[in-house]
Amino acid sequence: MTVTTQRLPTLAEAVARYDPVLGLEVHVELGTVTKMFCGCSTTFGAEPNSQVCPVCLGLPGSLPVLNRVAVESAIRLGLALNCTIASWCRFARKNYFYPDMPKNFQISQYDEPIAYNGWLDVVYEGVTYRIGVTRAHLEEDTGKSVHVGGATGRIHGASHALLDYNRSGIPLIEIVSKPILVPPAIAPAVGRAYVTELRMLIRALGISPARMELGQLRCDANVSLKPSGATEFGTRTETKNVNSLRSVERAISYEIRRQAAVLSEGGRVVQETRHWHEDTGETTAGRSKEQAEDYRYFPEPDLVPLAPSPEWVESLRATLPESPVARRARLQREWRLSDLEMRDVLNAGAVDLVAATVDAGSDPAGAKKWWLGQIARAANERGVDLEQVGISPSDVAQVQALVAAGTLNDRLARQVIDGVLAGEGTPDEVVAARGLAAVSDDAALLTAVDEAIAAMPDVAAKVRAGKLAAVGALVGAVMKATRGQADAARVRELTLQRLTGPAA
Amino acid sequence: MPTISREEAAHLARLARLELAPDELDHLAGQLDAIAGYVARVSEVAAEDIPPTSHPLPLTNVFRDDELKPGLEAQAGLAAAPEAEDGRFRVPRILGEEA
Repeated sequence: MTVTTQRLPTLAEAVARYDPVLGLEVHVELGTVTKMFCGCSTTFGAEPNSQVCPVCLGLPGSLPVLNRVAVESAIRLGLALNCTIASWCRFARKNYFYPDMPKNFQISQYDEPIAYNGWLDVVYEGVTYRIGVTRAHLEEDTGKSVHVGGATGRIHGASHALLDYNRSGIPLIEIVSKPILVPPAIAPAVGRAYVTELRMLIRALGISPARMELGQLRCDANVSLKPSGATEFGTRTETKNVNSLRSVERAISYEIRRQAAVLSEGGRVVQETRHWHEDTGETTAGRSKEQAEDYRYFPEPDLVPLAPSPEWVESLRATLPESPVARRARLQREWRLSDLEMRDVLNAGAVDLVAATVDAGSDPAGAKKWWLGQIARAANERGVDLEQVGISPSDVAQVQALVAAGTLNDRLARQVIDGVLAGEGTPDEVVAARGLAAVSDDAALLTAVDEAIAAMPDVAAKVRAGKLAAVGALVGAVMKATRGQADAARVRELTLQRLTGPAA
Repeated sequence: MPTISREEAAHLARLARLELAPDELDHLAGQLDAIAGYVARVSEVAAEDIPPTSHPLPLTNVFRDDELKPGLEAQAGLAAAPEAEDGRFRVPRILGEEA
């Protein structure tokens, strides 16, 4: 059933009649040096097919050998998600034909995941929601296909496809949530908060950089609706590859509204995968899942079972970092923020960014101000996450250092941030290219002060007579003359000294 | 005893992307049925307390260290490909849905 966008209800209207149920599947690419089953490099951005071997190309006769660090990463993530770690489990072949998988099967885990039955506490607007985790299992990533000849790389109308297998065989962990039932109006925001929290946890564990814009963290969002108060779940759709935190919230919200429109018109939600379109903020129908998939899973004969001993698991538990909740409490103390201020940082998805900026030498207040102010506005305008907006924590720390040194005043610092966001280079390069250094040389400033006094003798007379408030006009004239590149406080000081000060 | 129908044989052939003629389907359905029968007989002998065997070797936890090993030289992987373009494997256009 087709529903036009114009007739979609708002989220508030949709959740007034229906309760959404979410299920989130998050794939994280592990930051191991080598692939899951072979010694090929996992470095991002290499020449196509330059990091391949017979194993990850699926050549006949090649045999996989499991990467120990990938297994350790999965066990550590499982423990951090409060999961039970399987004492014995196997890998399985998931059979399907698609050119991104040259073996014609993907090595994954089926009914014996390495970690299962855990949870993650997610804080949204000061309230904690415990999100259940069904399982976290290991599998290998697929290659990357480019569709040639169609419009903008899409399959439709393509004449052929080109395959790069550098990504084929990179270790993945798939984390599957239990059904998420939270207050309907905030379901999309809690979905986003869950992925944000998971990303922080993954980074704290050091198992992946988890950069969504590089596809290192990907989210598939399952959404279904049931009439308000009903207990039986409705038919779900699965929106694939939602690749930013912001899109997680938008895609869930869109699906809730779309399904509400279908149901309220007496229609039926079709069980299918849907594709998320970042540009329009809509999802479109993909493959129907009405017919059960037939992947013919069976135990992978080329890999022996995995049986982590209790001793090994406990030794890995000892390596877990402090929990995200404990870490945030510590950072809040160190940064001297109020509960409300810390909540703002968390809601903006900026905890890691502010922390990295402070680690790079910035004071916490300055770091928070930039990320939650000017940079957040720019990210919002461009419709991207903070991490994708084009400025790094070390850039921000550098700007803040220039402010602290008196080289930049606040206004100039904002211009430097703008320059970095516009792709003009590092803060130092922007300062040099735009000629933005603040005039802090007193001699130069005094010349401008004297010129202003000479140009406005009546104002100068008022100040001399004790009407100190009048000095603003003179400071304004000096700022104008220096094109705003002077420190206004210092100009005021120098002007007052000149007119009333001890120097006379 | 199991019976693998002609329809099931056709379904398996489709999953395996094999094009089989009608007489081949009849022939293979019969053979598959016989194989399933042999397996069923093993199941009759194996009691409840004997778990299905997936791996004959009494081994677990075979790992390698996370260390780089040289793979194929540049373009060597592509050398055996029927078609290549821009350093990538070239395949016919992918029909149906985007994965």
